[in-house]
Amino acid sequence: MSAAASAGMAGAGAPRTWRKPPFIKRAWLRWTLGICALAYLCAAFYSLEVNWSRVYEGLDRGAAFVAAFAKPDFVSRWNDIRDGMIESLIITVAASVVGIIISIPIGLGAARNIAPLPVYVVCRGIVALSRALQEIIVAILLVAIFGFGPLAGFLTLSFATIGFLSKLLAEDIEAMDRAQGEAIRATGSRWMQWINYGVQPQVMPRLIGLSMYRLDINFRESAILGLVGAGGIGATLNTAFDRYEFDTAAAILLIIIGVVMALEYLSGIIRARMQ
Amino acid sequence: MLRLKKLVKTYKTGDQALKSVDLEVPKGQVLALIGPSGAGKSTLIRCINRLVEPTSGEVWLGDVDLARLGAGALRRERRRMGMIFQEYSLVERLSVMENVLSGRLGYVGFWRSFTRRFPQSDVDEAFRLLERVGLADMADKRADELSGGQRQRVGICRALIQNPALLLVDEPTASLDPKTSRQIMRLICELCAERDLAAIINIHDVALAQMFVQRVIGLRAGAVEFDGPPDGLTPEVLTTIYGEEDWHQTIKKDDEEEAAA
Repeated sequence: MSAAASAGMAGAGAPRTWRKPPFIKRAWLRWTLGICALAYLCAAFYSLEVNWSRVYEGLDRGAAFVAAFAKPDFVSRWNDIRDGMIESLIITVAASVVGIIISIPIGLGAARNIAPLPVYVVCRGIVALSRALQEIIVAILLVAIFGFGPLAGFLTLSFATIGFLSKLLAEDIEAMDRAQGEAIRATGSRWMQWINYGVQPQVMPRLIGLSMYRLDINFRESAILGLVGAGGIGATLNTAFDRYEFDTAAAILLIIIGVVMALEYLSGIIRARMQ
Repeated sequence: MLRLKKLVKTYKTGDQALKSVDLEVPKGQVLALIGPSGAGKSTLIRCINRLVEPTSGEVWLGDVDLARLGAGALRRERRRMGMIFQEYSLVERLSVMENVLSGRLGYVGFWRSFTRRFPQSDVDEAFRLLERVGLADMADKRADELSGGQRQRVGICRALIQNPALLLVDEPTASLDPKTSRQIMRLICELCAERDLAAIINIHDVALAQMFVQRVIGLRAGAVEFDGPPDGLTPEVLTTIYGEEDWHQTIKKDDEEEAAA
């Protein structure tokens, strides 16, 4: 103690400098890595081939597309738009509900702090599989199996919801306060009661927030999945583009934006009430 | 009523938290477990209700060896052991009433607890306990709205509604101010006397322990170093438990002693 204090006093004459220790200690390695990264970035830019005359021609088409937003046409294809929207909303809600219901047990199983190892491995495997397969690929596969239409879209989104929600739910469970659960276990509760009293109250706000967010994602995805024939508003949108009816496409995009904003607003209200 | 025989706990890291502890606690006795941090106090009481699995040894509660029980039987025996925690360990997003009633989980089925429809006798008992600790009008507040002292009272209610034979108390006052600490210790000891409950109380505050309990166990590096009445804690004894220090300020004067008796 006193030795350290006197050493501090001795150094008081010349001010001691201090710098945050660098992440990579060896200076030559640090500089080499930095220069390599910069060189790669420059090379990557030079390798981009941009056909400027094609871009110039394309600007007109882009302008027509943007101009269509100024006068979106809700009327001439209204029946198609309405049917597509209803189908999309049905796909979204059904896929979200089914996905969430399946995600909860898988999420519990994928949390290392409450599940035994074999269950954990299986559940993590399901999550990894669901996350590895991109929605579009799954949709193409399911369209091939079940044919064109909303069933393929519903199954695709349910499957994607499981990967998303189970993973994030499991991570929230792993981050929970152990002591609260321990106290419930100490009362002699059953496993299910322990989950219901010790775990569920801790993860419920996050589960609801994530579910609302997934509902939002599923709606947006349902617009994309139509492009590969999995039903919903995406199919209507695809048709509009194919016919160069940009005004109808603009109307559809505006409706999608409106619904997403409404969902965002709704989830804000619900999360504020749940805290 | 509670007997520990050659209780050993070795953690996976190789740390030997308990080295062959023998201990007998008769019915209705309140004892304090003191010792430095890391001496194995928390491990000892958690080995009794097996929140921590003992490595070897026997834990007899009445005529049952808790260390040998399967999952179902252990669950039934845990109902007889109420536990009170350092940071209260209330489920923060549940109401005070739900927290108290969670002490009955071992007695009711899943659907009754899931729908929060507990038997009327449990609800009556919960209100009686909340009244006893002075929180009758807090029943529907959320647990995280309460102050530290109030939370610990809820924790006490949760332990007592189990109708236990033994209380396991882990540092009940470590997060509380000195006045609340005394009130909580007094409350625990009064309730134990009313219900003829045995209790093991882990506690850091030696003076506070001496004020309230009938017997003190000193634990050091997983072994019992002292077992005797509170006034047997001389500076020499405290030095063997905790190591060298000036203990004269810690030990209470003789004229305060009737508080312990």
